[in-house]
This record gives sequence, C-alpha cells and structure tokens, in this order.
Amino acid sequence: MAKLTFSIGGIHPADSKIARERKIEVLPLPDRVYVSMFQHLGAMAKPVVAVGDTVKAGQIIAEPGGFISAYIHSPVSGTVRSIGPRKDLAGFMQMHIEIEVQGDEWAEGIDLTPELVTSIPEDRDFILDRIKMNGVVGLGGATFPTHVKLNPPPGKVAECLILNGAECEPFLTSDYRILLERTDEIVVGAAIMQKVLGGCRCVIGIEENKPEAIAAVRASVARLGYPSMEVAVLKKRYPQGGEKQLIDAVMHRQVKSGGLPIDVGAVVQNVATSLAVYEAVQKNKPLVTNVLTVTGDVLPAEKQHNYLFRIGVPLSFIAQYAGGVPESAVKMVSGGPMMGKAIANLDATTVKGSSSILYLGEGTARKSESPCIRCGRCADACPMGLEPFLLKSLYKAGDVAALEQNAAQDCIECGCCQYSCPSYIPLLDNIRMAKGQVMAVIRARNAKK
Amino acid sequence: MDKVIVSPSPHVHSPASTNRIMLDVVIALMPAIIVSILFYGWCEILVLAVSAVACVGLEWLIAQFLMKRPELFNGSSALVTGLLLAMNLPCTTPWWVVVIGAVVAIGIAKMSFGGLGQNIFNPAITARVFLLISFPVYMTNWAMPDGFIGSVDAVSGATPLGLIKEGLKSGSTIPEILSAHGLTASTILRDIGGSSGEISAIALLVGFCYLLIRKVVKPWIPLSILGTIALIAFIFHAIDPAHYTGIGFNLLTGGVLLGALFMATDYVTSPMSNWGGVIFGVGIGLIVMMIRYFGSYPEGMSFAILIMNCFVPLINRAFHQKKYGRA
Repeated sequence: MAKLTFSIGGIHPADSKIARERKIEVLPLPDRVYVSMFQHLGAMAKPVVAVGDTVKAGQIIAEPGGFISAYIHSPVSGTVRSIGPRKDLAGFMQMHIEIEVQGDEWAEGIDLTPELVTSIPEDRDFILDRIKMNGVVGLGGATFPTHVKLNPPPGKVAECLILNGAECEPFLTSDYRILLERTDEIVVGAAIMQKVLGGCRCVIGIEENKPEAIAAVRASVARLGYPSMEVAVLKKRYPQGGEKQLIDAVMHRQVKSGGLPIDVGAVVQNVATSLAVYEAVQKNKPLVTNVLTVTGDVLPAEKQHNYLFRIGVPLSFIAQYAGGVPESAVKMVSGGPMMGKAIANLDATTVKGSSSILYLGEGTARKSESPCIRCGRCADACPMGLEPFLLKSLYKAGDVAALEQNAAQDCIECGCCQYSCPSYIPLLDNIRMAKGQVMAVIRARNAKK
Repeated sequence: MDKVIVSPSPHVHSPASTNRIMLDVVIALMPAIIVSILFYGWCEILVLAVSAVACVGLEWLIAQFLMKRPELFNGSSALVTGLLLAMNLPCTTPWWVVVIGAVVAIGIAKMSFGGLGQNIFNPAITARVFLLISFPVYMTNWAMPDGFIGSVDAVSGATPLGLIKEGLKSGSTIPEILSAHGLTASTILRDIGGSSGEISAIALLVGFCYLLIRKVVKPWIPLSILGTIALIAFIFHAIDPAHYTGIGFNLLTGGVLLGALFMATDYVTSPMSNWGGVIFGVGIGLIVMMIRYFGSYPEGMSFAILIMNCFVPLINRAFHQKKYGRA
C-alpha cells in the first residue's frame, strides 16, 4: 500500500529522535506529588478528599466538575498534606492536591499483573463507565475526556477509528517506545474502542521512520486476529499527527471549519490513549501513569531516557533523577519543539498529557526579524491552507472581520509558518492573538442566536 | 544555565534565512557571469563591479543617512540587484551610466517604496528601462570587444532583434535580413550579441536549476512565460515565416531567459500563489510578443515584466491558497 499523507502544506523538520532506542524505565517514587485538578480539557475537577486523609494509589481524589471533565486518582499511597493553588506548566495558578508518599499500596480491585487480557467485555455502557471512572483522557495533546469522544452524539456514526501513532514532533519517542513495548495492549485497547464505536474499522497510522513499530503492530494485529484493523504507513511529514491532517491522510476527507471529526465519520485517538483504555477496561487501572521522554539537543545521548512516571511527580524530580539540567540549555520545553510549552523552571508538576522534558541550546533563541520578502513559504507550509503573511498584516491592521474571512480561526498552531519564515517573523505569535480575537467575535455572535 | 528563554512555540527554526536565499541567487547567477566575463573580458568585470558596489553602497547610504533606519539595509539583496542590473547592460556602458542605473534601481525603485519587500517594480528592470529611454545610444550599441577567449565573431552595433526590427520596417523579409548580416541559426544560438546576461542560455539554465533544487523558486512563472512566447511564436511563424520570427529565436534573444528565470521570479514583485504566478507569466509572455511583433521596440521583456508587476497586488487578491475543509 502506498504511503499516506495529508494534502495541504507541511514541513520536514530534522527528526532528532535521539532517545528512540532507550527502553522505558520505571521512575522511582518521589517524597511528594502534586496532582493538578486541571489536567484535561473542560471543567476543573473537584477534590473529594480533605487535608489529612490517607489515600491509596488509584483511589479517586477528585470528581468531574462538569459534563466535559474527568475523574482524577491519586498516583501514590500516602497522606494528603495540602489542597490549594500552585503554578502549573503554563504558569497559571491552579488547584493542586499535595500528597506525601508513604509506601506503595494500591486501591482494591485494580489488576496490576502483566498478563494480557484479550476477552473484551460485551456491555458497551460498562466499557464507557470504566473509561470514565478511571479518568482516561486523550494523551495526544488535547487531553479531551475519552469517554465523551467515544460516545458520539445521536445521528453521528463512526466509520473509522484512527489510532494516532504518527509522533511527528521531533525529539519525542514515548509513543514509539510504547508501540514497541506495549504493542498487544495498545492493539487490544483499539479493539475495545472499535467495539464501543459500534464495530467501525480501525486504522493505526504510524510514520515511515518507525519501521520496527510498524512491523510490531502488524504482527500483533495478525496474532490477535482482528480482521477490521490495519496499519497505515504514513510519510514522515509534520504535522502528520494533527487530528485534521491524519483524517485527511487516512480517509481522504476533510473536517469542515468549526466541525468535528465525527462529522466525517472519524474518531482519532492517540496510541497512548489506547493503552490507557486497555488498562482502564481490562485491568480496572486508572490513568495514573504515563511515559515521557527526557531529551534535547544539548543533552548527551546517554542521559536521554523514556520514563514510566506517576502523574503528579514534579518535573524537578524527573530532571534530577535523569542527571540534572544541562549547563548549555537555554530553554526548557514541556512537549515537542514545534508545539510544546516553554517553562521558566521545573517547579511545575507532571499532568496526564505530559510527554517530555526537552532541553534546547542556543539554536532555539529567536533571531531578529527582518522585512517580509513575500517568498510565500509560510503559505506553502500551512497545513490548513491559510496565508500567515496576510493574517499577520490583518492582525496588525486590527481588521477582525477580514481575519475571520481569511480563516484565522482555523489555525491549529502547529508552527509550520514561523518555522519556515526566512525573515524570522513571529507569524504564529500574531496569528494566535488574531485567532483569539476572531473566536471571541464568533462566540459573541453564537451567544446572541 | 544562567538565563532561561520562555517564548511561545515553535522552539525550532528551519535553516532558511533571507541572506541564504540571496546567496543562493548569487550562486545561481555565477555560471552566466563567468561565461560573460570569458566572452567580454575586463569591461564586463568593470560593469559588474561598479554596479554591485554602487547598489550595495547606495542602499547603505540611503538607509543610514536619508531614511535614518539602518535596519533597512540588506546587503545581500542589494548585491543581487547590482549583479542583475549589470547583466542587463552592455559591457560597453560607461561607469557613470551604470551608477545612474544603480541610483534608479536602489534609490527610486526600491528604497523610496520602503526598502526590501516593499517595492512594486523590479529594481534592476526599472533601472534598465530608465537607461534605455535616457541613454539609447549607450544602451543599444552592442559593440563586441575582445574577451578572454577571443572576440565574439558576430555582429556589432545592434542585436539580432534590433536588426530584424529595422529590416522589417524597411520592408525586407526575415530570411533576407539574416543573410544580409551573415547570421545563421548556429551563430544566433551560440554567440548572439546583447547584454551580458543574454550571452549563454545554458549557463542561465544551469543556474536556474540550482535554484529549483534548492527550492528557492518554483518553475511556474518561467514555464508560463516561455510557454506563452513559444506558443505565440509558433502560430505566427507558421502562418507567415517571412515577417514573424520563430520559437527558438524568440526564446533565446533579448533577455527573455534572464528575465523569465531571474527577474520575473523575484519574490517581492511576483504573485505569491502558484496560479497567480501562471497568470503573471502568461501576461508577460503575451506582452513581450505583442511588443516584438507589433510594437516599435525590438524586444520588450523589460516592459512586459514592469507592466505585469503592476498587476501583482490584484493577482494576489484573486488567487488564494486552497484551504483545508473549506471546499
């Protein structure tokens, strides 16, 4: 089968997957963890424990604060020491529960054995309930509650479950490692989601630069005997793992502006989410662990690691365990170099969606901007077919109506335009602001209706 | 680590830069420059040097002292303008005429519009047209001095296009004109007199291929210019070969290749979308052939590019990128 890819724009940044051969190591437990109440898209979770309570690992410590929200579980056993505001990754004050670690005792009813369970429960509602009660959210970046995404509104039918194993961001290798080391569990997780979605087909998209993962998943699908599941080899191209781009690549359909993937019959889930679904449904294990990569261009290869961490472990603990922050680092990023968040320090704590600690050297510093030479590279690179040079000018001119006409709200903030600009113009900085203004206008208009 | 940078994503950048693009254009011009130096010798080196130094120097002076905005000086882009201007001039052009050309290119066509990225008209072409109108004697006297590899054994005094235009005006047919001046198909293709940038089609094409490989330019604008010229020449030549020149002649003379490959593809003064580029190219091809067949000037590439430069903002408005999910 031909290699698939999306049809508009895209770039080819250097791969830099330095940590790809490092096996997943289990990170030891710290003295304290800080569990954020805001680790998912939607409403903040509400704590259901009080200071002084003893908790076990896997025990519910917060419940959903709305329809789109998620349960949060204690990642460790110990005593709740405080509940209060603390800075999160983005520097905003958010409610956190501080737990002092004592031992490692897990809550009742959680199966911690490594045996693969392949028999999938018959009852759809039971499966959805398990996914919801175990706090599973999308781990591809957006952290949208999975039980909501797997339950399309009436009238919408899922034709294809796309499992996202593209991992198109440079440096990151956590998805690659779980595809190799937790292959069967990911494949069973996908089969569970297929069942919930009413038996649609499933395509597992993996970029061509991960041939070992492609072979492993293919072998697993054949061994487990799922007839309506296949692996699609994707071209190496950023942002291949963007939800809209992946749907275009795999199904040759495009989601309308403002629409949802389910409108074109697609449901996209990350491979790490599939693993979390497997653990939630087959093992009744809540989402309290995830894999992240410690990597970067200034970190020697032998100091790069893929860790299985408890969600809520402070970043500083991970950095210290991995051998400290390299001297030549000038920027620390949580996430990939294209879309990750730069962080001022390592005081923040890991959340469900944490995928890396990335150290970047001098090369990451922004160069001074020079005039636009109208080369059009930003427009060629934009995977949404926007004209970043135009959006930037319209934003500077304050023309919100024209910004909406030129689809500023469609921007997925992938960074391709700014990456490509030979004049080092901060295009995305401007378009983000523009997008905010247009979205506000659209929301106000919808509210009036 | 003493300082931590906190800025929004993306945190990495492609190796591309404006200076690298301009350097690529300079590299791409080198084959044609080397060939013209070999053919025309010291006088060509002089024109190139005067033009390059004058353009870079003027841009710096204007940015520094006239506009008082030193950041507007972009040496690499001024160098490209300087080289292109020199390649548009006969090597016999006096140095002070070259300097006047540089003043027009950098001072009027580029900096008075606000510098790099702001100009409507291609600076080097604007200067060439200015000089052509102001100093027609220097600009159309294509004498052939000795080069480093022997003198060019061809016409002196006028270009083949000029000869044919004059001949047709006086009522001769093209075959009569060619035989009267001892021109054959082979001499036309190999050693046509003209401005230095016209001398070797192969050298220009080699340079352009380098730009294509480096992905500095796309082929749509040159292809549509050359395709349009070829189509019109084919039709007219087939109907009346005695009065209308053919495809090869029209593609290889009068700066068509230099213009199509290196002047019309200037980022700033050409449309940004692929289809916009095609419209732009077809327009240039049409205007060139109208001027050549029915106008009073023998060539017309410069005028065609300048005229189409005016339409670029309109073309940019009409042709947009294909957007995702908005079919």
